[in-house]
Amino acid sequence: MMTVPTSGTHALASTVAQFVWLLPLLPLIGFLINGTLSLLAVAKLGPDDPSAAGHDAHHDDHGHDHDHGHHAARHKFAGIVSLVGPGVLLLAFALAVAIFVAMRGVEMHEPYLLTLFQWMPVGDLHIDAALQLDPLSMVMVLVITGVGSLIHIFSVGYMQDDPGYPRYFAYLNLFVFFMLLLVLGGNYPLLFVGWEGVGLCSYLLIGFWFSEKANADAGKKAFIVNRIGDFGFLVAMFLLFANVGSLDFAGVAENAGKLPFGGVVITAICLFMFLGCTGKSAQIPLYIWLPDAMAGPTPVSALIHAATMVTAGVYLIARSSLLFSMAPVASLTVAVVGSLTALFAATIGLKQWDIKKVLAYSTVSQLGYMFIGVGVGAYTAGVFHLVTHAFFKALLFLGSGSVIFAMHRAYHATHNHDDAQDMRNMGGLRKYMPVTWTLMWIATLAIAGIPPFAGFFSKDEILGNVFARAHGSMLSEVTWLGVPGGTVLFVVWGLGLASALLTAIYMTRMMLYTFHGPNRSGQAEQGHLAEAPWIMTGPLVVLGIASAAGGWLNLPELIPIGPIGALEKWLEPVVGVATKRIAGTEGHESVSTEQMLIGIAVAIAVVGITIAITRLKPAALVTKKESPASTGFARVLEHKYFVDEGYDAAIIQPTVATSRVVLWKGVDVGLIDGLMVNGSALAARALGWLGSQLQSGQIGTYAWVLLIGVIALLSAFTKYH
Amino acid sequence: MLAESLALSAALFAIGVVGVLTRRNAIIVFMCVELMLNAVNLSFVALSKLYGATGQVFVIFVMTVAAAEAAVGLAIIIAIFRHKQTVNLQNINLLRG
Amino acid sequence: MTSFLNSIGYNSWILPVLLALPLVGAALLLLRGTVLRPAGATAESIMRESRRWALALFLVEAVISLGLWWSVNSTSPLWQAGFLVPWIPNWGVDLRLGIDGIAQMLILLTTLLMPLAVLGSWTSIREKTPSYYALLMVLTTGMLGVFMALDLVLFYTFWELMLVPMYLIIGIWGGNRRLYASLKFFVYTMVGSLLMLVGILYLGLQVPDAHGLPVFSYDYILANVHLSSVQQLWLFAAFALAFAVKVPMWPFHTWLPDAHVEAPTAGSVILAAIMLKMGTFGFIRYALPLFPVAAMHPTVRFLFLSLAVIGIVYGALVAMVQPDFKKLVAYSSVSHLGFVMLGIFALTPQSVQGALMVNLSHGVSTGALFLLIGMIYERRHTRLIEDYGGIAAVTPIFATILTIVCLSSIGVPGTNGFVGEFLVLIGTYRTQPIFSVIAASAVIFAAAYLLWALQRIIYNPLTKPENKGLSDLNRREIALLVPLLIAILWLGVYPKPVLEKTQAAADRFVRQIESGGNADAGPTEPRR
Repeated sequence: MMTVPTSGTHALASTVAQFVWLLPLLPLIGFLINGTLSLLAVAKLGPDDPSAAGHDAHHDDHGHDHDHGHHAARHKFAGIVSLVGPGVLLLAFALAVAIFVAMRGVEMHEPYLLTLFQWMPVGDLHIDAALQLDPLSMVMVLVITGVGSLIHIFSVGYMQDDPGYPRYFAYLNLFVFFMLLLVLGGNYPLLFVGWEGVGLCSYLLIGFWFSEKANADAGKKAFIVNRIGDFGFLVAMFLLFANVGSLDFAGVAENAGKLPFGGVVITAICLFMFLGCTGKSAQIPLYIWLPDAMAGPTPVSALIHAATMVTAGVYLIARSSLLFSMAPVASLTVAVVGSLTALFAATIGLKQWDIKKVLAYSTVSQLGYMFIGVGVGAYTAGVFHLVTHAFFKALLFLGSGSVIFAMHRAYHATHNHDDAQDMRNMGGLRKYMPVTWTLMWIATLAIAGIPPFAGFFSKDEILGNVFARAHGSMLSEVTWLGVPGGTVLFVVWGLGLASALLTAIYMTRMMLYTFHGPNRSGQAEQGHLAEAPWIMTGPLVVLGIASAAGGWLNLPELIPIGPIGALEKWLEPVVGVATKRIAGTEGHESVSTEQMLIGIAVAIAVVGITIAITRLKPAALVTKKESPASTGFARVLEHKYFVDEGYDAAIIQPTVATSRVVLWKGVDVGLIDGLMVNGSALAARALGWLGSQLQSGQIGTYAWVLLIGVIALLSAFTKYH
Repeated sequence: MLAESLALSAALFAIGVVGVLTRRNAIIVFMCVELMLNAVNLSFVALSKLYGATGQVFVIFVMTVAAAEAAVGLAIIIAIFRHKQTVNLQNINLLRG
Repeated sequence: MTSFLNSIGYNSWILPVLLALPLVGAALLLLRGTVLRPAGATAESIMRESRRWALALFLVEAVISLGLWWSVNSTSPLWQAGFLVPWIPNWGVDLRLGIDGIAQMLILLTTLLMPLAVLGSWTSIREKTPSYYALLMVLTTGMLGVFMALDLVLFYTFWELMLVPMYLIIGIWGGNRRLYASLKFFVYTMVGSLLMLVGILYLGLQVPDAHGLPVFSYDYILANVHLSSVQQLWLFAAFALAFAVKVPMWPFHTWLPDAHVEAPTAGSVILAAIMLKMGTFGFIRYALPLFPVAAMHPTVRFLFLSLAVIGIVYGALVAMVQPDFKKLVAYSSVSHLGFVMLGIFALTPQSVQGALMVNLSHGVSTGALFLLIGMIYERRHTRLIEDYGGIAAVTPIFATILTIVCLSSIGVPGTNGFVGEFLVLIGTYRTQPIFSVIAASAVIFAAAYLLWALQRIIYNPLTKPENKGLSDLNRREIALLVPLLIAILWLGVYPKPVLEKTQAAADRFVRQIESGGNADAGPTEPRR
């Protein structure tokens, strides 16, 4: 690798940060090793001549069975894969920590840029393969490698008997590679490489057990829906290049100020970019892929569909904070879409029975929160929630993974083919899985916003900022679709509170149905229910600690139990300018107002939990098989407002039908080929047929024609005098 | 003398043409073609009186070709007869479009 | 390397040698297959011998052509590796050869792909093998000649020379409807190119030389022939029709699906990877520089940009509903080549460079796709997508490679497909934003049709009993795909060397058309 640091004078250049290229390289190496092992293990090369008959079927229905279970011996390369897969991640995390330490030691006024090579130099377009290290990417790198390491370790246990073990870790390593590229890329196209790359890995991992059509469908859906967002991202880049003349973060930061403030161009750039975010971060209208993405292995859901990839949109907006702070209308749109998504997904979460689906909609909802944060210009708050969410949601997913693992094992032992993910089949698991139960409750309290757990601080900061911005800021002074910005923000705040209430309810509901009340898995199964091995619960404990204490990263002034606003100060060089531009000169809310806001938030969370505990009766629940189909609004919620069906009927089916009937059969086969191409051939043939009718085959006729012709010619050329 | 010879030649040629156009029997049509060729031969010989011996040389050529043509032509007619049991031209229209 | 090549006078002989070698090989192979056929030879032994010789010849061709990478000074404004021998002096026609950076890349694509095409035919072609490989060789000469010719009549000769071997390859070794497909292919492209012949003759007679003879030299015509805008419009139409059929632009594309589906694997590979590039090359080398006023006429430009964008979206949508995988790839070619045309007519440095990049990467990716289809077809004898399903479980290597190639065709960043499409779109946006945005929507459709097909072929449950016994790729097949995989990743990660090679030619092209298109005068900047 050619390492030609362009900013060799940067304070970080002489530190360990110069090895930042190792960060993505490590998981890439892991991918190559695991991928090779995966193919080596299954390679049965074909005969020299594939068309020769008699290569008889020496196959059996071995392997690649979606039943990721307990029928096969461990993979023959399991040892080395278990070492390499999580190993590269731990190394990367260690390096990330080292770089973080180095970074704390220097003043970060401008990002450290390491240009590896020129990627696409064409005319005045210069796109380099350049890594950019700044406080924001550092935070992301730490989350990705840190949480990523834990999830890799968890996977060693969770996937232990899967026949596709090396393939799993290959994909997972590749994902981390692309995710690091996403946050370290020094320009939008390179970020886009990571952006699409994580989407690709998500596709591969959702469809990991591809032998089941639903899983393959879900993977494909995720990729295609994401591509709609990517279309927006691409157009945003085109607009940037055409109007700003650069795609580097540095170049954009330098030249974006020349665009008219709040003008059409900057608003269009931001809105198209946000379209990209709605795809990747599962916001309305493109959130539909995320719940389906739960078809993948549960650690994948934790890593990709909760902690890292889906937050890429939040990162993108924080990264582009300078642009968004110049487009108040676009920023308000982000906040509005975020709040609507938060509430909408939370309502669906109320009625889901699949434990992972609850968490999926919860993720969509929490991502909405993050977008509220970055939408109102509280970039630190958005990133803060991103980090804490990474902790508690990864914990929730891994915890649910533990639960599913236990359920699955019990069902497997008794040859029960019921749904191991449906909460109606669980209940009372607290007795069998006390560690998981404790940790999951910590995460639940965190996400519900109960102090002093992590989610309380980040959620409160977001809502507090919305409230403050609604009173007086750049955003409150513009109009959004004819509505004053202040009013819009108050509505956003209200929606945020409402979803906080719902969050508390559906999370408590999930805990009650899963861990409390009587056990519904069956008599025989109960004997097999047990806590997962330590390689799985170990990472859970670490995440539990992080979920409990994550709030210390960015304490509000009101609660001085540690360093105040550490994250805010850390991110100041990246998002400070934009935050100040949006917030304006107005000071903070008064202490009493802030106290009131905190009080409201906590009260709502407590009310939510209380409602759930008092109203829900886990004891009255029956198993999935015995449950009647729900009716009324509950049915609408259970079927997610029939949005998927609506998209299918309104967009997908018409497109496919038009393509098939009109374009292919009609235009292609009928009009162009039938009428024009074969039509002209037919015309030529008809002309030939007419001519052939002159040939009677009668020599006598020919002779007469000949005679007449001779006479005609002779008379024509004879000169009469 | 020249005029009479040419008149005879023209008459013979006309008889040949009429024969070719009106008769249905391939052999007779064939004979009429020969008649036309010989009519032309006669006019060649007659005109050689005026233009030198070239015409007479041509007659030799024509007779040679006519002999070859007669051989081939009759062979074809025999082949057709064997195939279709007739030499009536109206029944022979293999080349109809 | 450059000095070594200079010391053997590489540039002075390489082009004619590249043209002559396959012709000689074809003649020898045909002789060996007929008069010099060894006694007691069976069809099997003949097949083994001819495919070995064909592979050897194409490998030699590929190796000696590799020198072009170093020997060609792609930044020079002059034609490189020039070669000139009088051919038909009375008509002003010469064997005049020379290349620039654009032709250089296409020649390398051709020579490097041909050995793979032979390997792809290795076991699937079993009848009349000497003739088959001989035709491949003649075809190679024709294709290389098109890229090298600097004389319009010579260009036309090569242009039509390609047609005959491909017609025979489809017509003799093709699938069930091969006669229909080959005839359609031949007549379709022939109709297109005949008008071009008229145009070439008209151009050659415009400015006779000192002896009053016509001149068909490209540079001479470029420098000396000044046409009115009406003349330009008519001539542009004649040339553009020939090239548009070949590209193929919508709505002249319907020969392509049939030809692709019926052609044997190597035929499809060559057709998609190289022959379609003739059309776009023709636009870049001939149609636009010779008639810039016509090409830049707002209506004409709008027409071509529209057709390109229609092709992009239409090709993608129709590809989505194809039951036959080969047909799907054929329609995806219509979509991809639409990007090339969009880039050319958008006329910015980025879009033109991107168009050239799409040209190359489409050659690599689609070539690989057809090879993969051919491999699985040899095993299952069906191309219908619904006949497969779940085969990743039995053929993991095939599935892995197919996935990578599909991703590159979708244009996932990091693969070759992305670089070209991105450059075309971002370049096009500067001059034609609306067209660029519509074309960008193809990123969605491309993912839709390829991933849907991919799912139905390698994912889903493995239910069909015929598929359970499928054998994975063998060593030969892996070996022939690996170079393409390397190219896919190399062009995606580090395309700079290739972009540098075509940079000067692309810049010159843009300047040439822009300056020529504004004034109502002939083109400028002759190159020799």
